[in-house]
Amino acid sequence: MTQRTHRGDTAGNDAAVLDRDGLAALIAGLSAAGFSVIGPRIADGAVVLDEITDIADLPAGWRVDQAPGRVETRPADPDAPPHLFDTVLPAQGLKRYLYPPRRRLWQADRDAAGGWHLSDEDAQPPPALAFLGLRPCELAAVAVQDRVFLEGPYADSDYAARRRRAVLIAVNCTRAAATCFCASMGTGPRATAGYDLALTEIPDPDAPRFLAEAGSDRGRALLADLPQRSADPTDRAAADAATAEATRQMDPANGGRAMIGDVADLLRRTLDHPHWDRVAERCLGCTNCTLVCPTCFCATVEDETTLDGATATRWRRWDSCFAVGFSYMHGGSVRREMSARYRQWMTHKLAHWHDQFGVSGCVGCGRCIAWCPVGIDITAEAQAIAASEER
Amino acid sequence: MARSAPHDAKPDGDRRAPKRPKLAVWKFSSCDGCQLSLLDCEDELLAVAEAVEIAYFLEATRARIRGPYDVSLVEGSITTPDDIRRIQKIRGQSRLLVTIGACATAGGIQALRNFARIHDFVTAVYPTPHYIETLATSTPIHDYVPVDLELRGCPIDKHQLLELLSALLNGRAPVLPTHAVCVECKMRGVPCVAVAKGAPCLGPVTQAGCGALCPAVGRACYGCFGPQESPNCSALAATLKAGGLERRQIAHAFRSFNAGAEAFRRESEVHD
Ligand code: SF4
Ligand code: SF4
Ligand code: SF4
Ligand code: SF4
Repeated sequence: MTQRTHRGDTAGNDAAVLDRDGLAALIAGLSAAGFSVIGPRIADGAVVLDEITDIADLPAGWRVDQAPGRVETRPADPDAPPHLFDTVLPAQGLKRYLYPPRRRLWQADRDAAGGWHLSDEDAQPPPALAFLGLRPCELAAVAVQDRVFLEGPYADSDYAARRRRAVLIAVNCTRAAATCFCASMGTGPRATAGYDLALTEIPDPDAPRFLAEAGSDRGRALLADLPQRSADPTDRAAADAATAEATRQMDPANGGRAMIGDVADLLRRTLDHPHWDRVAERCLGCTNCTLVCPTCFCATVEDETTLDGATATRWRRWDSCFAVGFSYMHGGSVRREMSARYRQWMTHKLAHWHDQFGVSGCVGCGRCIAWCPVGIDITAEAQAIAASEER
Repeated sequence: MARSAPHDAKPDGDRRAPKRPKLAVWKFSSCDGCQLSLLDCEDELLAVAEAVEIAYFLEATRARIRGPYDVSLVEGSITTPDDIRRIQKIRGQSRLLVTIGACATAGGIQALRNFARIHDFVTAVYPTPHYIETLATSTPIHDYVPVDLELRGCPIDKHQLLELLSALLNGRAPVLPTHAVCVECKMRGVPCVAVAKGAPCLGPVTQAGCGALCPAVGRACYGCFGPQESPNCSALAATLKAGGLERRQIAHAFRSFNAGAEAFRRESEVHD
């Protein structure tokens, strides 16, 4: 596969223009090919990723605004341009599909003779899933999890199987939420790699349409089957302008959000900084930031038995460095203080991940900021530590 | 603390329950709801009855088998002088003593009396108050005797109860996490009601175990499983205040089924 797309430059791609019928045909075609299509939907007063069977399931006419500790999902202004995807990020990303919250690792059954029969992992093949509407930060997060789960001596076969089957269809961002900072992390607002198809929504009231770019053979094949016309310079210019607007919104010069530069080095040398205690006063240790983070991968194992002891099952379930039990070793937990737990999270994401996986553990999606019940802000905490050093 | 040895306990201190261990279910000041959680295990009830010998359980059977007992499940809080004598006797007859529910683990809703004068209640409620022999407080079982394990909740979660029994029967540690409800909420994929709706959710300071029952139906957790392992109640209270809750409402939020649990009691007093 050749990687042809470059940020802000859509010339020379396998690009086409789809109207809404084209998008509907994409959903129908994937369903016909046996895929469950997973996309953004309104549920429980928020946007979640869930199965969609029709273009009408998409959050047309909805808008999401985010701030630290607040996510507001509401109908868009009636005179706003006609968006299908103006809802920035779903509450959780595709992590829960590729790396489920709870999964059986193995099961042991006792037979009549008293021997044990071991069944390894889940025997069924993973579901065939096509993700529609993934944001560029989400694709970057998948690339990070690929490094965690697929590289090195301990590859995760279940993740690998789910990942291999998954079709990834991105939607580039044309509006950044106030919590987004992908531009400063180099992961958005326009996808540059990792997708089968990338769409850019052009909310032209007279001709609402998508610029569609293929990023893989699978994407090219999908695109070839859809009703379309070829992209002309006007379409490309409209798409470029739309994503440039999101970049502009994230620019600190315009009141946008960014991660400070050299944050990894800053954190490596400030492990004893008094600021950790100040964050700890506000932090609930609730684990939300880690569980909504699209790259956090920590898990624990739990054993289950039937009452008669004839079946024993070992499960893997999501865990978090904010749980006291997470650092339990013989004699007790290592990170009992909230400050130690917050520091573990932030330094792992932004500093030690580089040492471990050669990449940042943060892709700038801003979920940990928006979904923190007390609005603790990873970019603001980094700034506060940097500012105190300068004094 | 004298504990009677089970009739066929292994000499090497093996804590595994013996074959068909004797189970007793005791009640103190409570509503019986936690005991009923055991009867509520409809699909598993037969398996439970096969696996253990139910020696004392008035909600289910009039049969009484004398102690000692391998496992005692204790519901309810201590509110009378007689309760104190009774729990000490039960402890002496029980190899493992497990408290079940907010009453037994924190004093229950009746611990609201701890914040007022008992005399006022007794004279307001009873025509002949001098017949009433009661303590000034409602307090958890662990204030009087050593407790081996606690199941939280008002009422307890039947899956946790079955997990506990299964673990005891199979000689393994039960899986009873002490982290926040938020973990279960995120595992279920529920969008946070505090963030998405501004609901006054106590999930971040409350121990898991219910499976995030309330957030899953779109409402705030009201803390019926009591404080999590490291509750930061003052930080949550500050956020509730910023969200528009009055002082009194914050006090009430922390002062319900687990009013007597240390962390919740202290926070409620700050806003009293
Ligand atoms: S650390 Fe926060 S902003 Fe960064 S990827 Fe995770 S949730 Fe997103
Ligand atoms: S930040 Fe915490 S939960 Fe996330 S990957 Fe690192 S140690 Fe695990
Ligand atoms: S930073 Fe926020 S979301 Fe993360 S554990 Fe602390 S309070 Fe919870
Ligand atoms: S809804 Fe409540 S329990 Fe769920 S994550 Fe939010 S604060 Fe935690």
